[in-house]
Amino acid sequence: MPSKKISLTINGEAVEADVEARMLLIHFLREQLNITGPHIGCETSHCGACTVDLDGKSVKACTIFAVQADGGELLTVEGLANGAELHPLQEGFFQCHGLQCSFCTPGMLTRAYRLLQDNPNPSDEEIRMGLSGNLCRCTGYQNIVKAVRYAADKINQAEGAN
Amino acid sequence: MTPGVFEYHRPNKVEDVLALLAEFGDDGKVLAGGHSLVPMMKLRLAEPAHIIDINAIASLRGIREEEGMIVIGAATTQAEIMGSDLLNEKCRILPDAAALIADPQVRNCGTIGGNCANGDPGNDDPAIMLALNASYTLQNQAGQRQIAAREFYEAVYTTALAEDELLTEIHVPAPAKGTGMSYQKIKRKVGDYAIAAAAVTLSMSAGQCTDAAVALTNVGDTALLSLEAAEAIKGSAVDARAIDRAADAAMADCEPVEDMRGTVEYRTAMVGEMTRRAIAEALSRVAGS
Ligand SMILES: Cc1cc2nc3c(=O)[nH]c(=O)nc-3n(C[C@H](O)[C@H](O)[C@H](O)COP(=O)(O)OP(=O)(O)OC[C@H]3O[C@@H](n4cnc5c(N)ncnc54)[C@H](O)[C@@H]3O)c2cc1C
Ligand code: FES
Ligand code: FES
Repeated sequence: MPSKKISLTINGEAVEADVEARMLLIHFLREQLNITGPHIGCETSHCGACTVDLDGKSVKACTIFAVQADGGELLTVEGLANGAELHPLQEGFFQCHGLQCSFCTPGMLTRAYRLLQDNPNPSDEEIRMGLSGNLCRCTGYQNIVKAVRYAADKINQAEGAN
Repeated sequence: MTPGVFEYHRPNKVEDVLALLAEFGDDGKVLAGGHSLVPMMKLRLAEPAHIIDINAIASLRGIREEEGMIVIGAATTQAEIMGSDLLNEKCRILPDAAALIADPQVRNCGTIGGNCANGDPGNDDPAIMLALNASYTLQNQAGQRQIAAREFYEAVYTTALAEDELLTEIHVPAPAKGTGMSYQKIKRKVGDYAIAAAAVTLSMSAGQCTDAAVALTNVGDTALLSLEAAEAIKGSAVDARAIDRAADAAMADCEPVEDMRGTVEYRTAMVGEMTRRAIAEALSRVAGS
């Protein structure tokens, strides 16, 4: 089997590994590295449960190969909290009931993280369009939008106070 | 859903891509955004022995204007198309359409060149390229050729692109003053391919339409240029009657099949409606009208 050595940063830590070229990034994370935050929902590029942040962009880890992440900087949901302190988005989902079964949540959080980096004060419409690649089968999107709004407000207030 | 075994190549230069394509022929596939190719590979509908990833080649990305042409690098992503000031100012149909393609994650990877080269009638960019009368730069080791988008599409997944060729650039004639354009797409949900969609460009002078093009997405084996629909508005004031005639012509030209996106009758009716809306919006966007 043709394999390649790759090195990348995952949640701030340097990682080196041998991967088979055909290994999808999601399988590399979950099965080879035991980073199981990113989920496999559809495996057909539709649901967004596998969303991770690669070099400052949200991507679906089920639709890129691990070898493509060589040299990259990767953030998964595991990298959002600061020690025991939840990221404002995680707190928002918790406070606003932005999850039920939570299957979609890691993808929602990583996607919403990048959305707020790109657009710190999005309208509800922009939140909805920004999260349109992430499907939730139980919460209904209302509370997810509220949760993102909560996080945006909290981050903006904290920055205003500085 | 793991793709078949392949060898991965990530060349840094166009020449190296061309050498690999020449070497592998049918066994090699270019990987751009991968958001049509990887799903096909997971389903084993594509099992290339060699994957040639073009994402490390900076010269294949970017958007510039030169000598009346807007030149778009094939590996420019849909997200970059949406964010381009040049396109938003001079050729907004491309960023408008990009916003209607898939979702943010897919647009971060998917490229305009991949969308145009793929050959899937569901892709949105080909109809726009037909309407804009764009052309594609195709390169192989022997040299390069420029082919009109209007001559590129042959059948489902069949295009004029040869096995050893790479699409490097898309050339769009910079729209003249007095040109308006619009892409109207109806889909079942955000992120879906079109039930039907229409791309329209039209130019007005002294209240009369001097030039027009109408092209349709996902209602035939390839994107379709409806010459009759364009004729129906050329020379007119683009009034309601002319718009209706154009919509009728587009409906006569389209060849949708019945599938999960609707019956032939429904999709044909939607071709008419998208054509009407696209003409009306293009007209409203003609500067100074
Ligand atoms: C969930 C989802 C929804 C989608 N919805 C839409 C939609 O609504 N509308 C739409 O238009 N598309 C849609 N797509 C497809 C998406 O836009 C793809 O990105 C696009 O069709 C292919 O572009 P790519 O860069 O990803 O190409 P790839 O998948 O990398 O390649 C596609 C094909 O083109 C070839 N190719 C790519 N680049 C070149 C090149 N420069 N020269 C020669 N050959 C090349 C490849 O070898 C391959 O055969 C969707 C995809 C997904 C996963
Ligand atoms: S698992 Fe990747 S999009 Fe659903
Ligand atoms: S919380 Fe269950 S799928 Fe979203």
